[in-house]
Amino acid sequence: MKRNVKFVQGNEACVEGALYAGLDFFAGYPITPSTEIAEHLSERLPIKGGKFIQMEDEIASMCAIIGASLTGKKVMTATSGPGFSLKQEALGYAIMAEIPCVIVNVQRGGPSTGNPTHVSQGDVNQARWGSHGDYAIVVMTASTIQDVFEVTIRAFNIAETYRTPVILLFDEIIGHMREKLILPEPGEIPLVERMRTSVKSGVDYHPYLPREDGRLPMSDFGGKHRYNVTGLFHDMWGFPSTKPEIVHGLLRHLNDKIINYAESICMYKEFELEDAEIIFISYGASARTVLHTVKNRRKAGEKVGFIELQTLWPFPYNIIRRKCANARHVIVVEMNMGQLTRTVKNAVEDHRKVFLMNRIDGLLITVSDIRNILRMLQGKGV
Amino acid sequence: MAKKVLKEHIINKDWCKGCGICVFFCPKNVLELDKEGKVFASRPKDCICCKQCELMCPDFAIEIEVQ
Amino acid sequence: MAFKDYIRERFFPHIWCPGCGHGMVLKGMLKAVEKLGIDKNNIVMVSGIGCSARITGYVDFHTLHTIHGRALAFATGVKISRPELCLIVPMGDGDALAIGGNHFIHACRRNIDITAVIMNNRIYGMTGGQYSPLSGIGKYASTAPYSTIENKFDIVKLAETAGASFVARTTTYHIREMIDILCMAISNKGFSVVEIFSQCPTYFGRKNELKTPTDMLNYFKDNTTPIGSKVKEANPELIERGVFINSSMPEYCEEYDKIVAKAKKNTEV
Repeated sequence: MKRNVKFVQGNEACVEGALYAGLDFFAGYPITPSTEIAEHLSERLPIKGGKFIQMEDEIASMCAIIGASLTGKKVMTATSGPGFSLKQEALGYAIMAEIPCVIVNVQRGGPSTGNPTHVSQGDVNQARWGSHGDYAIVVMTASTIQDVFEVTIRAFNIAETYRTPVILLFDEIIGHMREKLILPEPGEIPLVERMRTSVKSGVDYHPYLPREDGRLPMSDFGGKHRYNVTGLFHDMWGFPSTKPEIVHGLLRHLNDKIINYAESICMYKEFELEDAEIIFISYGASARTVLHTVKNRRKAGEKVGFIELQTLWPFPYNIIRRKCANARHVIVVEMNMGQLTRTVKNAVEDHRKVFLMNRIDGLLITVSDIRNILRMLQGKGV
Repeated sequence: MAKKVLKEHIINKDWCKGCGICVFFCPKNVLELDKEGKVFASRPKDCICCKQCELMCPDFAIEIEVQ
Repeated sequence: MAFKDYIRERFFPHIWCPGCGHGMVLKGMLKAVEKLGIDKNNIVMVSGIGCSARITGYVDFHTLHTIHGRALAFATGVKISRPELCLIVPMGDGDALAIGGNHFIHACRRNIDITAVIMNNRIYGMTGGQYSPLSGIGKYASTAPYSTIENKFDIVKLAETAGASFVARTTTYHIREMIDILCMAISNKGFSVVEIFSQCPTYFGRKNELKTPTDMLNYFKDNTTPIGSKVKEANPELIERGVFINSSMPEYCEEYDKIVAKAKKNTEV
């Protein structure tokens, strides 16, 4: 069978993934380096009867997708650093009201306007902790165009399964780099559709009463059940409540429904870990350099291995602890000041064996950057 | 059309907050606030069933039932 | 259907202060919906944050209580996804025109079929009486102990200039007029703006020599006049009430349907 092969940017692969996953509604605001996602969807969505709107800012875009999701649609917005900051309050609303949605952040240099046309991975912790209050969230990333496509589909599946926002944390290089994308046939990758309530019209429906597994069957806005949705702490009918047991129960539910499923949510790839004395951990564009280096060093007989994280949050603490138990050194390669390094240090038994290898100048980490730190750890001098 | 005749002022004292809007705007001075500050119809015979009180009450606390 | 069938009775008495105008606006809205005979299942009410925003809790529609200032953006997402639904967005003056000012003018510009009801009490009530962009000059508030020095917006002119296809102003005192205007606004196919002067005796009134709800209602009576009335010539300070704009203009969702048709046609070729 002839495969449907395309040569596309990461941003286009994200669009292809979203459409494959069944995206119905996109709202966005132009911002480098994510704009191509909006451009392509403005063309593609109406063809399949979906809706695209360019809102007046990133806040409005985030709000609009929440509104659309409530009516039962699969929704997405895309942005970059400054826009991601603007979305944080409404993102918190989506968490509190348990609205499935996908938010793409194609990272650029920051803080502030920063370095719009250059790469960075500086939003890793913002993606986890950006909105106020205690919550859990799912953040995913990718290092190849094929993976961007597949991770995007998975983001929709997770958003619909757990009724949560999912953040796709790409970066400028992945967004703009072109590579081969093999498009699967419809049905090849399974899709998750939102769980609808089976409660009949006229019967008391509890929109915010989770099942034992934490899942929350939904009735679409405009459908047979009328209910309230609020960003306040709320009871099982969705009405505001300050009762301590309700506040406690809801906050636990919002966290547990993600954390309890961390192992099944988390995706990663591993290379040559069995006998590895030095293990690299990386993600996104920096993972490409690491993979290349690890392959070459292995050929030279060096015992190096690599874990590529595709899910950054919830962080796979147990997996990292297990995999790194026998390594002498763990080197986290990322384009920020060590945002995930701190988390890796918390995950492994001996934090002193964890090192950061980074670049924060807007350029991609090179093979010789990694070689230098390897030589140092191997006692070969710089 | 026949003139409307009052059957009853239906007052929900639990909802009434005693703001006095109905008392003030009643054109026939039918309503008063009681000792607890809740509305009651002190001169129901004067009521002309204009329903101004029912319409203006911000608390949905008063209704005019006609015969 | 009796209009009381539109409320969620178990949450009454509502949270608003004695004499607050917001209860009157709620009543006006329900009477309008009753008059128009719209099915409860077809109405989505979206609100932001503040005293005004609590209105959604009391109505038996699909209700969405969102974040401060952004109700129109949420409503836009709902409406585009389900254009057949009737969208009503009650907002306070701070909600709609301070933090939400940008969304407000852009919703006007798009002429999307949503009815925005601005419950203008010229104050931030929920947080304890701070001045708003509608307070105007020379008013007292908890953040203006020496009086305000900022001009206020003219909501009607703003909405008109921004492109809303229906623009009206009324007051809680004129509740019969309010019901009629709300009926027209909800029926308009396009973005409708209804500014309703609503009394806040607790904060605005108390600090500005209108100590009781009735003082405030009488203020609305004495300081407003129907559009084009003779009285206005003698007293130009009077604020006009009534329907300022009621025009037929292309509506966003209908225009987007044309885009869908165009896109599908282009790909067929």
